[in-house]
Amino acid sequence: MSRAQASLAVLGAALVAFPFIAGNYALSVATLILYFAYTGQAWNVMMGFAGQLSLGHALYVGVGAYAAAGLFYHYGLGPWAGLWLAILLCVAMGLIVGFLAFRFGISGVYFALLTIAFAEFTRIGFDHLDWLGGPGGLFLKVAQRDTWDLANFRGPPLMYYYAMLALCFLALLLCSRLLGSKAGYYWQAIREDEEAAQALGINTFRWKMLAVAISSAMTAVSGVFFAFYYNNLFPEQIFHISRSIEIILGPIIGGIGTLFGPILGAALLTLLSDGITDGLAALGWEIPGIKQVFYGVVLLAVIMFLPNGVWPYIAKRLKL
Amino acid sequence: MSLELAANVVVAGVLTGLVYGLMALGLSVIFGVVRVVNFAHGEMMTVAMYAATVLFAGLGLDPFLSIIPVAVAFFFFGYALQRALINPFITRPEHSQFMLLLAVALIIVNGLLMIFGPSARSVQVDYQLESFEIGGILVDKARLYAALAAVATAAGLFAFFRTTRAGKAIRACADNHLGALVVGLDVKKLYALTFGLGAVCVAVAGCAMVLLVDVTPPLGPAYTLLAFVIVIVGGLGSMPGALLGGVLIGVSEALAGLLVAPSAKGMFSFGLLILILLFRPQGLLGKRD
Repeated sequence: MSRAQASLAVLGAALVAFPFIAGNYALSVATLILYFAYTGQAWNVMMGFAGQLSLGHALYVGVGAYAAAGLFYHYGLGPWAGLWLAILLCVAMGLIVGFLAFRFGISGVYFALLTIAFAEFTRIGFDHLDWLGGPGGLFLKVAQRDTWDLANFRGPPLMYYYAMLALCFLALLLCSRLLGSKAGYYWQAIREDEEAAQALGINTFRWKMLAVAISSAMTAVSGVFFAFYYNNLFPEQIFHISRSIEIILGPIIGGIGTLFGPILGAALLTLLSDGITDGLAALGWEIPGIKQVFYGVVLLAVIMFLPNGVWPYIAKRLKL
Repeated sequence: MSLELAANVVVAGVLTGLVYGLMALGLSVIFGVVRVVNFAHGEMMTVAMYAATVLFAGLGLDPFLSIIPVAVAFFFFGYALQRALINPFITRPEHSQFMLLLAVALIIVNGLLMIFGPSARSVQVDYQLESFEIGGILVDKARLYAALAAVATAAGLFAFFRTTRAGKAIRACADNHLGALVVGLDVKKLYALTFGLGAVCVAVAGCAMVLLVDVTPPLGPAYTLLAFVIVIVGGLGSMPGALLGGVLIGVSEALAGLLVAPSAKGMFSFGLLILILLFRPQGLLGKRD
């Protein structure tokens, strides 16, 4: 076992044991970290591996969440059925966006703006979709929280924590497999120089579509989790561009294109955000906006001084 | 719905659209030359709007007079921002530039929230309620003056780029970065100058816009998106395109508010954006790279 594998095993064991020592609040923070780590990992497949900058990943979270929540709300079908519908719809949306963009040769900033446009378009569309609650929101019944009801994905916070931990582990495994596969090498070639990749005979259109499909399918699962964890959905919130930005901050701060960057980035940002809240409360500086100003300053500092993210820097120091 | 009402709405949409167009012109000029997308553009716009409200409340200065001090301050702010923060990022990948300006935007929005709080600010001048009647169409005085200020500023900028040495040098940088370096142009300084000029567009647009709408901190991100939509529709890097895009978006927003529902107006803009990106990605007046 290599140093990296051993470290990962220790971290995994610590995360499995974590709920036994943590209180409810710490558990909810940890669940949030894992949620962002997983979703960031999903985004990273598209941007970090294949170099396609999506600023509209909230689209897939939202569609996934509404698909599963809609089935549950109207027909009482649990998330295990909803999951497939969510994945199906999100992959279809992703392929539509990808097909239109890649067929028409849209890349870089233009691609990013196209993804924002699709997310915003869908947000306004859901605002006018009364069957799923419209702007007033869709609310799932909050079920009893002490027994594990896996069929309906209802249970205590501990269940959601372990579900998210399992998802993170699976995503890490999948991404490491992908990165070492033929697809992974093709993606990296496309990311570094698309024209050169094409000249080598790589069908860039097909491999970019694959990246979008995998990324949107993974993000759909985040959406299903979101719906059943928070139990309320508003188009204004779930599709909003600030949601898309939240998703991508972790991988960018942690280290784009790396396997562990999205996980580290999610942990750092969530803890930073919480730390700033606590610190300001302790100082008695509770002015609206001050927290985000601090957060912005830290982001600015990281992006200026560690442009490749925190993880590559740490990995080098730890010789992982 | 009478034809007269529709005509009134369209005229108001065109005039507001010209102010949008000036804001977007700033974004377009910055992208066209520096090749950096200013994700803090709408946030800068709200700073100008707040500055106009402060000058009005403190000194009783009419927003049209505030244009001069605000524009001067914005020029130096834009110049310094480019020199200090953005220049080192010119050669970095797009997502890195995006993060940098996103952080700037986050600091601006929430800085404004800290200083001014969440409630809306506005200015009240007597001519805001007056209007001209031209051939049966009522034109708000404030809206007409705002549009005139926008057109005058845009015309000044066109003239600067066409006639002055600095303007020509900036165009040379935009056309051929390497060539500009070879002939000995101080490209970094010209980039900073460009960013300063883009900020001046925003300053004038902000001072004019504050007569038409109330300003709140969340308006910033909304204007950033709006400016993107406009420059993509008109053609990123094309100066007349930005004004044309502004007018189109202004009219389509006004008509959507009249014909469908005010809340659906964004769907028109984003729908238009998607169509343009797919069928004419260089925008209506843009050139293919």
